[in-house]
Amino acid sequence: MADGNSVPAVEVRGVGKRFGDHEVLSKIDLRVMRGETVCILGPSGSGKSTLLRCINWLERPDWGQIFLHGEHVGVRRAPDGSSVPMTDRELAAVRMRVGMVFQHFNLWPHMTALGNIIECPIHVQRRPRHEVVAEAEQLLEKVGLADKRNTYPAFLSGGQMQRVAIARALAMRPEVLLFDEVTSSLDPELVGEVLAVMKALADDGMTMLVVTHEMHFAREAASHVLFLDKGRVVESAATEEFFENPKTERSRQFLERYNR
Amino acid sequence: MNLRLDIIWQEAPQFAAGLGNTVWMCAVATVLSLLFGMLMLPPLISKNAYLSRAARWLVDAGRCIPFLLLTYLVYFGLPSFGVVLDKWWAGLGTLVLYNTAYMAEILRAGWVQLPAGQTESARALGYHGFALVHRIILPQVLISVGPVIGNQMIQLIKDSAFLSIITVPELTYAANAVQSYYFVPFESFLVATLLYWVLCGGVENLVRRGERAAALVRRGHG
Repeated sequence: MADGNSVPAVEVRGVGKRFGDHEVLSKIDLRVMRGETVCILGPSGSGKSTLLRCINWLERPDWGQIFLHGEHVGVRRAPDGSSVPMTDRELAAVRMRVGMVFQHFNLWPHMTALGNIIECPIHVQRRPRHEVVAEAEQLLEKVGLADKRNTYPAFLSGGQMQRVAIARALAMRPEVLLFDEVTSSLDPELVGEVLAVMKALADDGMTMLVVTHEMHFAREAASHVLFLDKGRVVESAATEEFFENPKTERSRQFLERYNR
Repeated sequence: MNLRLDIIWQEAPQFAAGLGNTVWMCAVATVLSLLFGMLMLPPLISKNAYLSRAARWLVDAGRCIPFLLLTYLVYFGLPSFGVVLDKWWAGLGTLVLYNTAYMAEILRAGWVQLPAGQTESARALGYHGFALVHRIILPQVLISVGPVIGNQMIQLIKDSAFLSIITVPELTYAANAVQSYYFVPFESFLVATLLYWVLCGGVENLVRRGERAAALVRRGHG
């Protein structure tokens, strides 16, 4: 692997995806450098979530390539030099390096908050339990939920569930974190607590790719913005530039609706 | 009418033995049919159409045969093919076979209803294959269909009474033996009925607790 500072943490090259006849993504390019936060913006149905899900191969791109720190995701070289799809096991190993937080939290309801966080570090990464538990407790502290350690998801609010989900992703010590509209199904008054945690992570230098409708968050936390519409990149720009001086009519329209 | 409860009391050991056999057979049959039902799951939800159709057909066939008839087939029919089972194996085997079909269908329904996000988040965190099923999917499926499994167990307990016909000395058999010896049908069958009520009531109690757990799992799906 080349020098970690010159190789993008995530690189998306010409990625596309179709569901049946419908092309949800076409030829997307994107580079996220280590420690950078990139926000993916766009109207509903623009392919934002699909793009995010292609990065850890939850959705298989129909064309294009994804690289994680320079390593090809989803495809590997066979001994004879040809490219073959990764096995489930190999994909799992890649996914471990990419944390993901979902719109609907997707906590496992049969486990406590702590149980959710320590599950994969212990059973997938096979790290020692005492070490994982100690780290999980720190993470709960970090997301402000130390007192909910032994609480089951059914007894948590949406905002609390989402913060546990973030801690769960962090416990894997991921190289990159993907956020898929993580505040979209929260009551408005719970959005702030989740965004605050995300902002703190961004400030800590976590590499983050964030699909969001929260323009204030994008403006404050992102260094770069990708604006998608109908599966295409309409604009890819530094945050400041995108919000102050959008290059396309479509971006202007979109921003106006949010600034109203 | 003069109730001869003294006779029942005198024959209590026989009722107890019958009840004991009913309890262990039903418990073992529930556990085994649940395990076999789990084994039926992969083919049932397989993407291979032939495999899933074959499994589907087996499960439907199993569910659409009267329990008594299946018992007859196993105990009286199989010997024609050289398979001779004694009453215990035939009885237990029939209970397991019959209920495996139900358990498989119950588990399948639970699996299908599990929100896709549950397995998705597990995959995103590096789970795959058997560990994913074992740690994330199956526990949730079992909790969410627990009450239905409990109801199936009640059905199983009642069906087990048919085994008296192939002379398995379970509770109904014991009641029948006592009543035919002493000519006390009402007392004998009433006591058996009460014992079935107690047994099923106990399971019903577990079902209600299970319902609370299942509700919490549903709520926790967010």
